[in-house]
Amino acid sequence: MNEHSLSRRDFLARSGALVVSFSLSARFALAQEAAKASALPGNLKGTPMLDSWIRIDANGNITVFTGKVELGQGIKTALIQVAAEELVVEPKRINLVTADTSVTPDEAYTAGSQSMQDSGTAILNAAAQVRGILLGLASQHLGIPAERLTVQNGAVRADDGRTITYGELVTGQALHVSAQPRSPLRDPATRTVMGKSMQRVDIPLKLAGVPIYVQDLRLPGMVHARVARPPSYGARLRTLDTRKVETMPGVLKIVRDGSYIAVIAEREYQAVVAVRALAKSASWDERPVLPAQADIYSYMQRQPAEEEVIFRSQTNPTFGAGTLEATYRRPYQMHAAIGPSCAVGLAGDGIVTVWTHSQGVYPLREAIAEMLRVSREGVRCIHMEGSGCYGHNGADDAAADAALIAVVLPGRPVRVHWMREDEHAWEPYGPAMVSSARGRLDDSGKVADFQYDVWSNTHNMRPAPAGNLVPAWHLQTPFTPSPPKPIPQPAGGGDRNAIPLYKFSNTRVMHHFVPSMPLRVSALRALGAYMNVFSIESFMDELAKAARVDPVEFRLRHLEDARAREAIIMAAERFGWSRFKAQRGRGRGFAFARYKNLAAYTAVACEVEVERETGHVRVVRAVAANDSGEAVNPDGIRNQIEGGIIQSISWTLYEAVTFDNTRITSVDWASYPILRFPNLPDSVEVHVINRSGQPFLGTGEAAQGPTAAALANALADATGVRIRELPFTRNRVKAAIGV
Amino acid sequence: MITLEVNGKTREVDADPATPLLYVLRDHLQLNGAKFGCGLGQCGACTVMVDGEAILSCVVPISVLQRRRITTLEGLGTLGNPGPVQRAFIEEQAAQCGFCIPGMIMRAQALLEKNPLPSQAEIRQFMSVNLCRCGTHMRVLRAVERAAQAMKAANPARKSTSIGR
Amino acid sequence: MTATRVILSAFIGLALATTLLAACTTLIALAPIEPPSKSSFDPAIVAKGAQLAAIGNCIDCHTAAGGKPYAGGQPLKTPFGTIYGTNITPDPDTGIGQWSEAAFSRAMREGVDREGRHLYPAFPYDHYTKLTDEDIKGLYAFIMTRDPIRAEMPPNELPFPFNNRSLIGAWKLLFFERGAFRPDPAQSAEWNRGAYLVQSLGHCGACHTPRNALGAEQKRHYLAGGDAQGWHAPALNAASPAPVPWTAAQLYKYLRTGLDDLHAIAAGPMEPVVHNLAAVPEQDVRTIATYLAALMGQPTADRQIKAEDALAHAKREQAAYPLIDRSELQIASGDRAFQNGAAIYAGSCSECHDQGRQASSGAALHLALGTAMTITTSANLIRITLEGIVPPDNNPARWMPGFADALTDEQVKDLVIYIRAYFGREPPWRDVDEELKKARTGRKR
Repeated sequence: MNEHSLSRRDFLARSGALVVSFSLSARFALAQEAAKASALPGNLKGTPMLDSWIRIDANGNITVFTGKVELGQGIKTALIQVAAEELVVEPKRINLVTADTSVTPDEAYTAGSQSMQDSGTAILNAAAQVRGILLGLASQHLGIPAERLTVQNGAVRADDGRTITYGELVTGQALHVSAQPRSPLRDPATRTVMGKSMQRVDIPLKLAGVPIYVQDLRLPGMVHARVARPPSYGARLRTLDTRKVETMPGVLKIVRDGSYIAVIAEREYQAVVAVRALAKSASWDERPVLPAQADIYSYMQRQPAEEEVIFRSQTNPTFGAGTLEATYRRPYQMHAAIGPSCAVGLAGDGIVTVWTHSQGVYPLREAIAEMLRVSREGVRCIHMEGSGCYGHNGADDAAADAALIAVVLPGRPVRVHWMREDEHAWEPYGPAMVSSARGRLDDSGKVADFQYDVWSNTHNMRPAPAGNLVPAWHLQTPFTPSPPKPIPQPAGGGDRNAIPLYKFSNTRVMHHFVPSMPLRVSALRALGAYMNVFSIESFMDELAKAARVDPVEFRLRHLEDARAREAIIMAAERFGWSRFKAQRGRGRGFAFARYKNLAAYTAVACEVEVERETGHVRVVRAVAANDSGEAVNPDGIRNQIEGGIIQSISWTLYEAVTFDNTRITSVDWASYPILRFPNLPDSVEVHVINRSGQPFLGTGEAAQGPTAAALANALADATGVRIRELPFTRNRVKAAIGV
Repeated sequence: MITLEVNGKTREVDADPATPLLYVLRDHLQLNGAKFGCGLGQCGACTVMVDGEAILSCVVPISVLQRRRITTLEGLGTLGNPGPVQRAFIEEQAAQCGFCIPGMIMRAQALLEKNPLPSQAEIRQFMSVNLCRCGTHMRVLRAVERAAQAMKAANPARKSTSIGR
Repeated sequence: MTATRVILSAFIGLALATTLLAACTTLIALAPIEPPSKSSFDPAIVAKGAQLAAIGNCIDCHTAAGGKPYAGGQPLKTPFGTIYGTNITPDPDTGIGQWSEAAFSRAMREGVDREGRHLYPAFPYDHYTKLTDEDIKGLYAFIMTRDPIRAEMPPNELPFPFNNRSLIGAWKLLFFERGAFRPDPAQSAEWNRGAYLVQSLGHCGACHTPRNALGAEQKRHYLAGGDAQGWHAPALNAASPAPVPWTAAQLYKYLRTGLDDLHAIAAGPMEPVVHNLAAVPEQDVRTIATYLAALMGQPTADRQIKAEDALAHAKREQAAYPLIDRSELQIASGDRAFQNGAAIYAGSCSECHDQGRQASSGAALHLALGTAMTITTSANLIRITLEGIVPPDNNPARWMPGFADALTDEQVKDLVIYIRAYFGREPPWRDVDEELKKARTGRKR
């Protein structure tokens, strides 16, 4: 492979920078970095030193560091592909280390579908720049100009046949340099690794039972703990009699701090049995702190709200005759990971180490340090994979449990694993939301006036601070949650995707941010986009119907974005939209959104069947087209969109958290059913539009909203009835259809 | 001490006889394939095989399993030499977070030992106890079909081993 | 068998004699009609009919597993063979699309189809005969406005002589009492409404009343307990075997939600019943509860003592869980099966069944309170143990895993023996082997 390579001198001269190494004064180095940092691609911004990302040892072993984590979305594999491509080595030569507060860059959370955009971009550029440095070093070492050098398989080869390996080249602090704003990226046309559906590196291990998950971590001397959580949010411990529990088999210690009670035992099942006895020996004062579930939507709208117009066209929309109006509702919904949250904590030698599947080990470290009242250097958080989390679930809380309990038994690793009821009752939910849409068509059948309002809690109560960790709420000296804040546009929280991508004449969108949170809430995959896309795309269909225009055609009439149009046309075409034959009891529906109006473009078409007598709804087939820019691993994208479609079908047909005036009552899979095999579609197709060389666009959350709306629209098509409240349970569908 | 036969080996376990098999497999025998998902027999993440049948190890105590043949994920194959069902799941990339997949694999194995060429409908019905939250279901179904084909190709004369009760 | 043969022979003789008589009077074919259009029915009457159909649970017998609603094909096993529920959609060829209201009414009240053939009393017209004209009208309107589905019935599997419909004429003569419901003036309106619903649409007696050798409900033992689909349907009268006697409020809660705190959840054939009753007007369900509670009457002093014992047993163990000390209460501690069963119970069942009922399925009914333990057959306990209880079609409800593959036959037997003795406090069952065999062979996979 021919390379446009740079000698090290050229490389540095071109950027106008001096050599930055540890021999210079730190202040000067920092100033240099600060000047360049803002121009650096991806998360190189926050971590500009190349060897924070890539290290090569004398044996040529390549380690790549990322502050992102594997959630099952395939990011490890994709990042390995990126690094392997630019370093021109086989992927199996790359050892990827994911977030660890002692070792990797701080990339905050793996969330918001930002990983490829932030970490992928950083690694892409860092690897390219490392390759450039190596070429420069090789040129010096071999005394041959760079044009006569090629790079292959971790070595540099001269045209006279001499080679020198990466390991031989890298000495001292060769990579301890700051990144530059521009990188010698390889020509996308020559790519051999990126753009290929490489098999995921983690799957074979998981399928062989290799202990990859934090749930499988076994350390020498490890003991097991279980926490007896209060029975409800408002509960406070009144009395506790631990005498019987203390003498149970295997019990080592009982932890009590205010209303926080836990038991540690030698064996896991001993801990399980002991915590039941502990729960029995406790009595709680409970208060009815929850609103009535049947009233939750009007309750939300009655609460004080901070109102913000997040989008306004030059002219305000006006409404009169022919105005369509609709209100949509979405209940609290759960992450409901298959594996309840788990963490292992070890206290000793002045540091508390926590192995956790948290999405953000750095912010978690801050929170745990605050909770334990130690400095942040006194806590280390290391990510290990967990079960899929889909946002902010119980992982951080379990980590806090592990830390709290570990300090009670220093020197012994303490494993805390939540029970199913703990996870269902205590994880933060996706907030209940209400939205209302108003629209009016002009004489040509296009949308002239459009107004959209959405009411929602915050979608982000992640740690840090300590007050966002459930265990910290129950301590004798409790921490209280941080005041909730909206996430600003363009990303948005409850208002994510509240601004349609469509061009209407007069538009106004308002976000009613409701701080009061009767149930614990935080980020659930797609945040407000699930509800907003469901609402807006349902409403688009209602408008299309009023305009007597085909729903796909109607959308295209209001879209200028070429990539959006292409995704829509492809999905419709592959679905066979124009050839669809209506059958009794079946319908078709379409929806589109660009996630956050910034990330991936996703169009979904689906066919549903509805059984009128029972209200049973099943998606028969779903066809999606997705554009995520450059597709590093097309199969990874397909997997995420397929998965998002299936998960969204489950949310949309079945899911709602249930509660009485005191407690959460949906505490197991029986009371919170999700989609099972017999109700799956016959087929789910995902067509990936791969735009090589284009920036990566976040994909993991892109399918949630469009799927819900496509399903809603198909249901309306099949039954003639428009249902606007989620989920579409059998009873709700049956009641809407009538007899 | 309780004696169990796990993956063809005899293992002695020092645990209360009322301990569910799942905890014994993971905590005592370091066989981490089976996972704790709910402990209530509702999700299938803990599925292993006993005497060729898929069971939920979180609700079955070791006291009823003496002198019976227990097979776990680790008994189907290894990282270096995966069994046909594991291989099929890898080929289909039938995993996202992967947490539910060992249970799926065990359930599929039990199905295919009884019913070598199941229909789609039969697969869906049989797998219905196992939950997946990531939405990998379609790939799981393809992996089971793929495994069925592979097992049939490897052993065309194989008949169902089910003993009708 | 011999006694049955004698009865059979006499019966056949009688049948031959009466067939002719019967043929002259009722077996006239009624003229087919054009399937009425949906718009010809008053929507209010259709809506009423929907509620009636829910109470009657028509959909359950007339829909095959995985089949279209009301299109038939569901096998119903009887002691005389297997009968398939018919297609009652308004399809003109394979359903009842050509039936006039008169034909429908005659089928419901007299057990004769449009063409004049007797209907097998597996279709409980001995209950529907009590329906008012208004309710028949509502049901007809509802049924004729369903989606017509073309679906042929598999032929009934009835061995000779039961495949001969004319025998039914004789059967009717002996056992079938035509006629509308007659309210009891000594009872309240609520009681009468409940009685009407239970006796007619609810057809509760079809399962909950014992039948004679010829398959007719024994009226003298009305709601004294019966069998259906391999399950025992417990007595709903004064002979109720429930460890805690039912109150009307508890019956209402059970019928409406499938769950009452002091009784087991709806299982087996009762699952679809309570699922449908959830959509029926509340007041109707209350009247059913009132009527049944009245039938059960006030518990005897003896029963009250037993109930208090059972409740105390449950309360004591729930409070002590997981540190339950059962040593004092072992009854037959020398018995090997009992000991084995106790160990199996401690490992398999105690974790859920001794915690005391809470929102999680993992906190289930204490078995001292369950009817399955106190009835005279092991059938229900065995079925529940093997199959568990799974909510139909992903509805939110409760979930019990099944133990069919986890436990060997020996283990199931020991467990069942233990549970009967320790929780049921009744003499050992004698049908355990037989019921276990039936349950194993009847297993759906």
